[in-house]
Amino acid sequence: MTETTTTLSAGLSRRSLLKGAAGVAGLAAGAGAITGFPYVKASEEKVLRYLGTAVNEGDAISKKCFEDTGIKIQYITATTDDVTKRVMTQPNSFDVLDTEYFSLKKLVPSNNILPLDAKKIKEFDNITPVFTKGELPSGKKIGDQGTAPWKVLYLEGPDSDVFAKAPTEWVTLIPTVYNADTLGIRPDLIKRPITSWAELLNPEFKGKASILNIPSIGIMDAAMVVEATGQYKYPDKGNMTRDEIDLTMKILTEAKKSGQFRAFWKDFNESVNLMSSGETVIQSMWSPAVTKVRSMGIPCTFQPLKEGYRSWASGFCMSKGVKGAKQEWAYEFINWFLSGFAGGYLNRQGYYSAVLSTAKANMEPYEWAYWMEGKPAEKDILAPDGSLLEKAGAVRDGGSYDDRMGNVACWNSVMDENDYMVRKWNEFIAA
Amino acid sequence: MQETSGRSTFIAWLQAGPLALVFLAFFVLPLVFVVIVSFWDYNDYQMLPVLSGRGYTDSFEGCLAELPGLCTIARTYLQTLKFCAIVWAATLVIGFTVAYFLAFEVKSKEWQIILSLICTIPFWTSNVIRMIAWIPLLGRNGLVNSFLLAIGAIDEPLDWLLYSQFSVILALVHLFTFFMVVPIFNSMIRIDRSLIEAAYDAGATGWQTLWNVIVPLCKPGIVIGSIFVITIVMGDFVTVGVMGGQQIASAGKIIQTRLDALQFPAAAANAVILLGVTFLIIAALTKLVDIRKEL
Repeated sequence: MTETTTTLSAGLSRRSLLKGAAGVAGLAAGAGAITGFPYVKASEEKVLRYLGTAVNEGDAISKKCFEDTGIKIQYITATTDDVTKRVMTQPNSFDVLDTEYFSLKKLVPSNNILPLDAKKIKEFDNITPVFTKGELPSGKKIGDQGTAPWKVLYLEGPDSDVFAKAPTEWVTLIPTVYNADTLGIRPDLIKRPITSWAELLNPEFKGKASILNIPSIGIMDAAMVVEATGQYKYPDKGNMTRDEIDLTMKILTEAKKSGQFRAFWKDFNESVNLMSSGETVIQSMWSPAVTKVRSMGIPCTFQPLKEGYRSWASGFCMSKGVKGAKQEWAYEFINWFLSGFAGGYLNRQGYYSAVLSTAKANMEPYEWAYWMEGKPAEKDILAPDGSLLEKAGAVRDGGSYDDRMGNVACWNSVMDENDYMVRKWNEFIAA
Repeated sequence: MQETSGRSTFIAWLQAGPLALVFLAFFVLPLVFVVIVSFWDYNDYQMLPVLSGRGYTDSFEGCLAELPGLCTIARTYLQTLKFCAIVWAATLVIGFTVAYFLAFEVKSKEWQIILSLICTIPFWTSNVIRMIAWIPLLGRNGLVNSFLLAIGAIDEPLDWLLYSQFSVILALVHLFTFFMVVPIFNSMIRIDRSLIEAAYDAGATGWQTLWNVIVPLCKPGIVIGSIFVITIVMGDFVTVGVMGGQQIASAGKIIQTRLDALQFPAAAANAVILLGVTFLIIAALTKLVDIRKEL
């Protein structure tokens, strides 16, 4: 008992100290009664509720985080849409939010999230210029159609809901991870090279194609297809006019009516099941889903296409309900997340870490060469869980970081005409 | 006399009170909120509490302009009603047959109980799992297709087995037949056996007895079972989503997509529309059979 009370921080009031001690005593007594082994638990356990999609949530990450910082991460996993819904309707049900930049256009005006102070983020200056300037470390500019992260990275002040044009201290989401997405294909079933987004609507794959049913992402894939087939060239795919939305949905609807799509998917596992069972041979896909299909021993390629990639990026912020010590834990957690272990872990799944230097320090040189430099693997490439991903000699789909991120054509997007787009998307699903 | 009747009304109120309060708090009140919210306005990220018919006008968008063609919501409801009719007919026939077997063919009470319990076994798992279990069976490379290919019945895998209207109907019938079995069985075991004997004695054939004696006496059970099945199928979006590969529209699905897009007033408006349509169907059913009188 004495040990527990001495570890309590000095900032606590007498009242809460007493309450905590009583709770501990009760817990110890209760545990003792049941098991015979009294179990004393520190009353000031550092727990953060982490709301996000399954993308960055690894058990290895939360375990290592607990070892390094003593912060216990409780994952709350939901689909992309449900994460946003939860922030809107239950802002007190989570502490740390892991979400995508495109949802900020909805989240920021709702005033349910707190921007973070860039000065408290140790590695902030080492964050890749992809986020801050829209260019590669080599200086090459990348595509900016859609809700690109650098357009919504800064706020004008701590309470502002206006996105700042120039860098400020107040950051909407501290960047963590991003990637360049493209179509996933089954090379063993297609048996010929695929080089263009147009192939998604090729009648050759009738009944064997799929697109993802999250409007903000699906519409961008659809736009890539429409441009690739040469039917229309958008001035800005990421911010379509009503006529452009109508045109895009008309093309998709015609394809749907002629039976082009086998199914639509909304969640990571659905896309894995569709592909691995052979229900689809070509579909919108996310990188770790491709990795998962491959680790089942089924050939699957994250096919680079000549029109470029559709990119996404995500980061951390806090719920507005997070106050006091918990805010400091959240900063501690985010600083830990950028300090390398998580970055290396994510890089090894085929994502890219926001702070490349620390991730590099946490990867073997041959891993870095395979994942980041596009070089043939010197040794077998293993997934973070230790399963075999690629045999020695393999080259990553799409090649190096510069080749992949350098060919980004657009970003997931919430458009000005979002409401109209969602309505038209519903019509498409119902058609 | 006067006093006792006053007292008995008081006791009746007291008896009905608790349930009435629960209904009021957890059913009527939320429903009132849904109706109120359905007349609010909304933007990308919040509800705006000002009177607006936008939830409704958006939902019926194009219904006049596209005449004589059907607008999205009309087509969606037509689709849902079609599922409803087919699933209702299938569960009725299967449910009636199962109930008939349990009530008339199984003689011992113990076996009746054991067999009805066996009918509930699928309900020990969640309905999502029961639904997903069909996928490896019906898929392009699933068991059914592999079997048919192996015996040479088909040359190409059948695509319509999964992610189709067929698979949706199959899963719905599988999931909801039991809701038909229970009330019909309940009606059947209460039929006075002497009535059936009388029918035989009067020279009726088996079919005549079934049609003229058993079916009319089972009407309350049939109507109650039908209400269960119809209300569930009208509001379903999970089964239609999973088994239809998210490609088939349903009335419940409209509400879900609206919620996903954070358009709560529009979702509420659609919920009110769905409630209205379902209510009309149930009202028509109870017009056909006065359940209260029959009970």
